[in-house]
Amino acid sequence: MRIFRLALRRLAASLPTLLLILVGMFLLLQLAPGDTVDALMAQMGGGDPALAEELRRFYGLDLGVAARLGQYLLRLATLDLGFSAIYGKPVATVILERLPPTIMLMASALSFAFFFGLVLGVIAARRVNRWPDTLISTLGLIFYATPSFWFGLMAIVLFSVYLQWLPAGGFSDITRELSGLAAVLDIARHLVLPTLTLGLIFLAIYLRIMRASMLEVLSLDFVRTARAKGLTETRVVARHVLRNAMLPMVTLIGLQAGTMLGGSVVVESVFALPGLGRLAYESVVQRDLNTLLGIVFVSALLVIAINFLVDILYARLDPRISAES
Amino acid sequence: MRALRAYLRSPPALIGSAILLAVLFMAATAQWFYPNDPLGLAGRPLQWPGANPRFPLGTDPSGRDIAAQLFHGARVSLLIGIVATAIAVLIGIAMGAVAGFYGGWVDTGLMRVTEAFQTLPNFLLLLVLVAVFGSGIETVTVAIGLVSWPPVARLTRAEFLTLRTREFVQACRVQGLSDAHLILREVLPNALPPVIVYASVVMAVAILLESALAFLQLSDPNVPSWGNLIGLGRNVLRTEWYVSAIPGVAILLTILGVSLVGQGLNDALNPRLASGR
Amino acid sequence: MRRLEIEGLSVRLPRGADRAFAIEEVSLHLDAGEILCVVGESGSGKSVTAAAVMGLLAPGLSVAAGRMRLSGEDLGGKSPEEWRRLRGRRVAMVFQEPMTALNPVMRVGAQLAEMWRVHLGLDRREAEARALSALREVNLPDPEGALRAFPHELSGGQRQRVMIAMALALEPEVLICDEPTTALDVTTQAQVLALIRDLQRRHGTAVMFITHDFGVVAEIADRVAVMQHGRVVEQGAAREILTRPAHPYTRALLAAVPGVAAPAPRLLSPDAVLEVRGLSKTYAARGLFRRRRPVRALADVSLTLRRGATLAVVGESGSGKSTLARCVVGLLGADGGEIVIGGAPLPRRRREAARLVQMVFQDPYASLNPRRRAGAQVAQGPIAAGVPPGKALEEARRLFALVGLDPAAVTRFPHEFSGGQRQRIGIARALALQPQVLVADEPVSALDVSVQAQVLALLRDLQARLGLSILFITHDLRVAAQLCDEVAVMRQGEVVEAGRIGEVFAAPRHPYTRSLIEAIPGRALLGR
Repeated sequence: MRIFRLALRRLAASLPTLLLILVGMFLLLQLAPGDTVDALMAQMGGGDPALAEELRRFYGLDLGVAARLGQYLLRLATLDLGFSAIYGKPVATVILERLPPTIMLMASALSFAFFFGLVLGVIAARRVNRWPDTLISTLGLIFYATPSFWFGLMAIVLFSVYLQWLPAGGFSDITRELSGLAAVLDIARHLVLPTLTLGLIFLAIYLRIMRASMLEVLSLDFVRTARAKGLTETRVVARHVLRNAMLPMVTLIGLQAGTMLGGSVVVESVFALPGLGRLAYESVVQRDLNTLLGIVFVSALLVIAINFLVDILYARLDPRISAES
Repeated sequence: MRALRAYLRSPPALIGSAILLAVLFMAATAQWFYPNDPLGLAGRPLQWPGANPRFPLGTDPSGRDIAAQLFHGARVSLLIGIVATAIAVLIGIAMGAVAGFYGGWVDTGLMRVTEAFQTLPNFLLLLVLVAVFGSGIETVTVAIGLVSWPPVARLTRAEFLTLRTREFVQACRVQGLSDAHLILREVLPNALPPVIVYASVVMAVAILLESALAFLQLSDPNVPSWGNLIGLGRNVLRTEWYVSAIPGVAILLTILGVSLVGQGLNDALNPRLASGR
Repeated sequence: MRRLEIEGLSVRLPRGADRAFAIEEVSLHLDAGEILCVVGESGSGKSVTAAAVMGLLAPGLSVAAGRMRLSGEDLGGKSPEEWRRLRGRRVAMVFQEPMTALNPVMRVGAQLAEMWRVHLGLDRREAEARALSALREVNLPDPEGALRAFPHELSGGQRQRVMIAMALALEPEVLICDEPTTALDVTTQAQVLALIRDLQRRHGTAVMFITHDFGVVAEIADRVAVMQHGRVVEQGAAREILTRPAHPYTRALLAAVPGVAAPAPRLLSPDAVLEVRGLSKTYAARGLFRRRRPVRALADVSLTLRRGATLAVVGESGSGKSTLARCVVGLLGADGGEIVIGGAPLPRRRREAARLVQMVFQDPYASLNPRRRAGAQVAQGPIAAGVPPGKALEEARRLFALVGLDPAAVTRFPHEFSGGQRQRIGIARALALQPQVLVADEPVSALDVSVQAQVLALLRDLQARLGLSILFITHDLRVAAQLCDEVAVMRQGEVVEAGRIGEVFAAPRHPYTRSLIEAIPGRALLGR
């Protein structure tokens, strides 16, 4: 109950943030040279100004900025994201089609980074300044310095072109009709390289923070108490240190949810995954501002949702979180 | 002085400095080694590294010298890294200092803005900024600075929040000193070391953001950029993978250098934390 | 029966430390059913001795020589695993800081039950049943509730009781208490000391009690060992050492312990320099969804400080005394009431208030900016008030001399000074603006006893020479008695008793004042 109330409060606090983002982005896009109609006309290979005028009236582009902002926010309240002229479909439909690959990619990359970051961070901290620590910390530095898109390309060269173990791109094998478990496995095979590519830098970040946090917690008074109680070193770490040391890492997941979603733009584009990130890239290139605004909205919702889950997790891990935020 | 000596004793700092000096050397001598336009046609396209002594690192699909692009690209990466970091750190410190020092409604308001920036995926915001303002090198640099400040603001704010309740700051209040004095002379110098260390992270992220943007061909096409070259190599990845591989190694080493220098600074400026390693 | 025997124990410090050994040739012994107090100031090596007995020396420290025997069994050459099995079961320890000694994310019951689960292999239900009876034995008010509570839901005194229950869980032969009451309020301290004494008698445990406070020694010790610079300089029966100390260091330490009796009353000026009238302050629960009970820190507090006098405000933590100090110097705004200094209300503007009232802070390490020169920090107040910088620095040099520091030290940075010296800088800084009222918020409580005595002497001397009016905030009645003319006793935001200090201490009218005075450790034996 305490946990749920807490998370709800944080969720309520993110509403003004969401509004701030939407208003800010809407106004920002007003500064863009050319609107949807221009893009549409360009795609049709030009057209007469009368038609353009007609289309502008149709899309409500002839109104003032304030009026359009009000209209936009009102429509958003009913989850109407507008119409994508480029795709010829409502923006909401376009985005919904593209959401599953992105969510799957983020979930798998996050799990990968979290799990291995935790394990490697703990090992490094337990063997601090000895060779396992040096090795893990060095690897962490290198992973951190690796541009994800470059790692993705090199992984394609190695695993798809030379070794031919894994597919080079796409979300599923469209040449075969698969169902059930086979389809799931097929998608999983397609997600291995993108997961590694997106997760690598976060793995590096998590392992570094986990190592530092372990070292910090190991120096605290209650660990000395635990040792004075005669607990084994394994029990000291597992029962007393680990849970406390995980707290900064959990916080970081929430803080970096946005960064990770941004990273998926590049990764999806490297592996030709039909996800939200690739859609964002396409709509920038095609000047589909309606869709772009919709993606911004949905991304913000996604990040807020992840933070909601992170808040619940954090409150479960740390009983001290209650009255104060 | 003590900090400098500690810095020079730390192996990560020395390795990192060496790498960064090498990149700096490339940037400084680019014009001298490769006076011609690095984006101009230099020879037959797609020559493998070592195949032609004129092009030690080979040529790209358009027949341009990869080594020349690497040298000139160093300038772009460093320039964007430094300028964008400066912008992000300045905005971040200003926001964080005011929010953390005054607290209350000022803090709530400023932190809402910071949260808004963090809720929005930074690369997505970068895409929008580039879509709106174009992809000139100046625009890209400023845009990267604009999307990178929130962590700096949070860090600065956290430092200010703990420092402002310290007794020495309260003592200065009791002595009748102004807020400006408290912020600039008392709190900021003590809050700065972790922020300086974090600036290395901001710089690494800035270089990565620019290269990702260039890789997607959304950065300035008239400027030789490592990311751009990786993007060009993508079309010939299955056969001539070196076109993408070489500039990637350059980015990796540069970021590694920046991170190692950051770690060295951390060891030197926060000696208590460094005792663990 | 000999429980613990330490012979010629030396512990080596890591290279690069300020000395080679943390402790040198320490020999101590401890019999069943007795309490040995190991007394010393910070850096005397008393905590290192305890850590060595637990086999928990900090990384970098190592036993260089000597031997330790536990009930006749040699502890030398034990493997880490053998040490581990010893800890908690045969030697147990209670630490100084109850607020941080327990795992914050684990229930108290589970932490306590671990003792039986790990050492005896009991199952969860049985271990928790034992935990419950252990909590009963240390007189925790609601043992069932405490079992399910997280540490942050208990008070400091309650946590220390949990620690004691945990340490005594398996009836160890030796119990080490490392300053277990230093972080507690004086009445809680008295209760915890009585508890330790009581449990120790009942179980016949041998207790090694580490403390810096001779009052506590007088209260609890059977025998005493005094340590200085890593060596035992004197040991013997408690009564012997407390009444006839042989070593000059012991004598100096004992002389520095303040007594409760106040000096002869001075003639006080009839006019008031500071008047606090009906001051109230509530820390409100803020925010839309926050559910925090508002805390009443000050409830209708009225006080008068006479010109040239010292008024002690004493109370335990949570009494509101620090809030009062912060309101008087204008760091906090009060909700109601008024503060009158020199006949006029305290000005809201910082710069004007600075000329009227100044403050000396508690923590000598936190109250100076580590990145600015000491002299600049003393001179900056006058400079902000319009004094030319050169003149202000000259004045700072004069003030350094006044508080007993080398005037040339104005160019040094804070880390080049000791704790006592820093506190002198803090006093010089407060005096630089020549305020009418000086507020001192626990100015000596972070200092070792001998340094404490010097700083108190300085304050007394300054008051006599400059005619200072001081509002002296303290939790320590003995310190108040040393310096102050009048006293106000605070409890939960209210002044429960006020008057001339000698009269209040000799014949307290309020039961709370009485309980505070009775709780002063060592009063019966030291009795000064």
